[in-house]
Amino acid sequence: MTMMNVTMRSKRFGFGRFIRQQPVAALAIGGLSIIVILAVLAPVISPYDPLASDVPHALLAPDGQHWFGTDELGRDVFSRILAAARLDLSIAVSAVAISLVAGVTVGCFCGYQGGWLDRVTGRIVDVLTAFPLFVMAMALVAVLGNSIANLIYATAIINFPFYIRIARSEVAARRNLGWVEAAHVSGTSPTRIVLMFLLPNILPTIVVQASLNLGWAILNAAGLSFLGLGIPVPTPEWGVMVANGAHFMSSGRWWLVVFPGGMLMVTILCFNLLGDGLRDLLDPRTRS
Amino acid sequence: MNEPLLTIDGLRVSFTSDRSSREVLHGISLSVERGKVLALVGESGSGKSVTGLTTMGLLPKQAVVTEGTIRFRGQDITRHVPRSLRGAGIAMVFQNPRAALNPTRRVRDQLADVIRAHDRLDRAALQARLVELMHQVSITDVSRCLNAYPHQLSGGLCQRIVIAMAVACSPDLIIADEPTTGLDVLTQKSAMDLLLRLTREQDMGMILVTHDLGMAAQYSDDVAVMRHGEIVERGTPEMLFSNPQNNYTRRLVAACPNETSLLEAPEDAAARQESGPAVLLEVRNLVKEYQSGFRAVDDVSFSIRQGECLGLIGESGSGKSTISRLISRLVDVDSGEILFNGTSISSLSAEDFYRAPQRRQIQFVFQDAAGSLNPRYTAFRSIVDPLLRMGPVPEGDALAELVVQTARSVGLSEDMLERYPHQMSGGQCARVGIARAIIVSPDLLILDEPTAALDVLVQAEVLALLERLRRERGMSYLFVSHDLHVVRMLCDRAIILRKGRIVEAGRCENIFHAPQSNYTAQLLEAIPHFRPAACV
Repeated sequence: MTMMNVTMRSKRFGFGRFIRQQPVAALAIGGLSIIVILAVLAPVISPYDPLASDVPHALLAPDGQHWFGTDELGRDVFSRILAAARLDLSIAVSAVAISLVAGVTVGCFCGYQGGWLDRVTGRIVDVLTAFPLFVMAMALVAVLGNSIANLIYATAIINFPFYIRIARSEVAARRNLGWVEAAHVSGTSPTRIVLMFLLPNILPTIVVQASLNLGWAILNAAGLSFLGLGIPVPTPEWGVMVANGAHFMSSGRWWLVVFPGGMLMVTILCFNLLGDGLRDLLDPRTRS
Repeated sequence: MNEPLLTIDGLRVSFTSDRSSREVLHGISLSVERGKVLALVGESGSGKSVTGLTTMGLLPKQAVVTEGTIRFRGQDITRHVPRSLRGAGIAMVFQNPRAALNPTRRVRDQLADVIRAHDRLDRAALQARLVELMHQVSITDVSRCLNAYPHQLSGGLCQRIVIAMAVACSPDLIIADEPTTGLDVLTQKSAMDLLLRLTREQDMGMILVTHDLGMAAQYSDDVAVMRHGEIVERGTPEMLFSNPQNNYTRRLVAACPNETSLLEAPEDAAARQESGPAVLLEVRNLVKEYQSGFRAVDDVSFSIRQGECLGLIGESGSGKSTISRLISRLVDVDSGEILFNGTSISSLSAEDFYRAPQRRQIQFVFQDAAGSLNPRYTAFRSIVDPLLRMGPVPEGDALAELVVQTARSVGLSEDMLERYPHQMSGGQCARVGIARAIIVSPDLLILDEPTAALDVLVQAEVLALLERLRRERGMSYLFVSHDLHVVRMLCDRAIILRKGRIVEAGRCENIFHAPQSNYTAQLLEAIPHFRPAACV
């Protein structure tokens, strides 16, 4: 009982104080919350069906009816951006989740154990990261076939080595620290040392990386789709929308590129800013 | 002109942040004469380093001098130390010699930089000056040292180079901030002897900032004891240490281990040793070799009886820490045997030792108290964790009760238990480390320099605590230390190690009063002490 109280009490922190100390991160969290809420509620709040074409109303500039205008088939850009947010966020989150869990598991194990397995893994990681990542993702999607699932796998695979590398070096740097040795003396099993001692201590670094990575994964998915790899055509996706809209830029239909492109930028920026805020939040030294 | 070299008068320094301002020096006055050494003595946070930094004009940006003056050679340098004075007028010897040297440049270039900053010399003159400097700091292997990078030199040699850099431009005042921290006793002695000799020969003044009373007594002409940003007492070392007037100085002097202080009445110690003849730990022909072929521990054998305290003394690199790690089974043995209660514990690998029943019985207290606590665990979790891992875990409220009780027995109050390591002082972390080790009631406690990072007063408290715990719980100690006085206070027997081998072993009173080996005698000789005449 007392132990619970002790941990609960010391973990408490004020949200007001967080906003004051980390205004930028708070802004990022706010922005992301809005984007996530819009994405989740997309089916409810979309004024139009994102897939329904309405040729008579094609290529309309933004007005009160169509806030972000319409595209060449008369589809509402605002509705399509909301639907795309759903898709892009889920792709990014699933891809990062897969590579994070797999990469951190392998990295922690290698970093703690050391030895030949660690060296072999290290070389494999070197080879993987030496390859131009975007080209590799393109190759993977091209080989596996155009589908959302394959896009997720490709994004996860190219992120995987970074998580191994980070987890490995963070664990290896702490493996021989006093408090890890103390855990040995306290009769802690190696598995428990990795899970209960090392993992929580490397988590801030991993979370920061994951946050930056989410932005990057969205960009990657959009980039592949822009090139026509990944997302099958009618499905709304920010990258595909930018790619389509690019054809109409020259004729002054700016809204087809600016709105999806702007959403991409804001989302990625928010993830990047969030990273730094999270690092401070997760550091026990900033808890009072 | 009879003005002292340096006069500090009523100096007040504050650290300011956005909102608050905190005064760290509350009106310090002192003076340094040519050819004399002034020691600033105090615990960490007493303001002794800030005094040195202010004089050198090296205060961090947030710190401001709010009142008072510093005069050097008649010139006011309170708020601005002219560039021409740094190095040539006032020089500084820093705490960690390795960190004070640039690791990517040869010693020759670094020394030349300092000289050229104040003197334009041609190549030949520069070379002559460099050689002269090396001789001044008693380096014999001149060309090797000049051409070496700092990492190729020993800590002692690095400190000599740092001293050479300080005296390169013939300054009038040297500020030495804990100049020998991290150096062995023998190296410390030669570095301090050198600094003292240079001070006298070149008629410089020196401010020696230290927490070591013995060193202050032996190497200074004048001592100022600082506490909480004030000088509480000043005087010659003889006066101050034989007859301290101030209450705090008295406590400091009493807490400082010297050749006569004891924790336990001798008759009690004798009685205890009579009553516990059973051997708890036996080490036979222990060998540990590192990959490079370096033998850290070379054929070491000894034993510890129940309730006995064995001291393991040696300089850095003597293998004392490796032995403590071998016995606590953090490291695997290369050859030899460790018997605990008659059972061999050296066959099981270190990785699997957590399962052994002896894991609970052999506990370890680490040197770096704060660094040995999981930064994400509160004191409570750190203390309770070994119990949860190795049991037996008491039912319900009894668990928390036991933790609180153990914490209390090491002098930690209940509200401390909610704190994280970074919220506790060094002494409090040390207590958590001890509480965590004793909560599982071990038979053998291995203490690896548990007081090395602590201030004198805290060290005295921790030593008294260890002594009391041993009496109450009947544990055996293996006490690893480089401080001979501390070992003599706490231990029944001691082993002197050098380069992985046992140089001398025996009862403490024999070793300290009639050392058999030259090396032990040298070590004893090198400890700075209060009464030079009373040395062994």
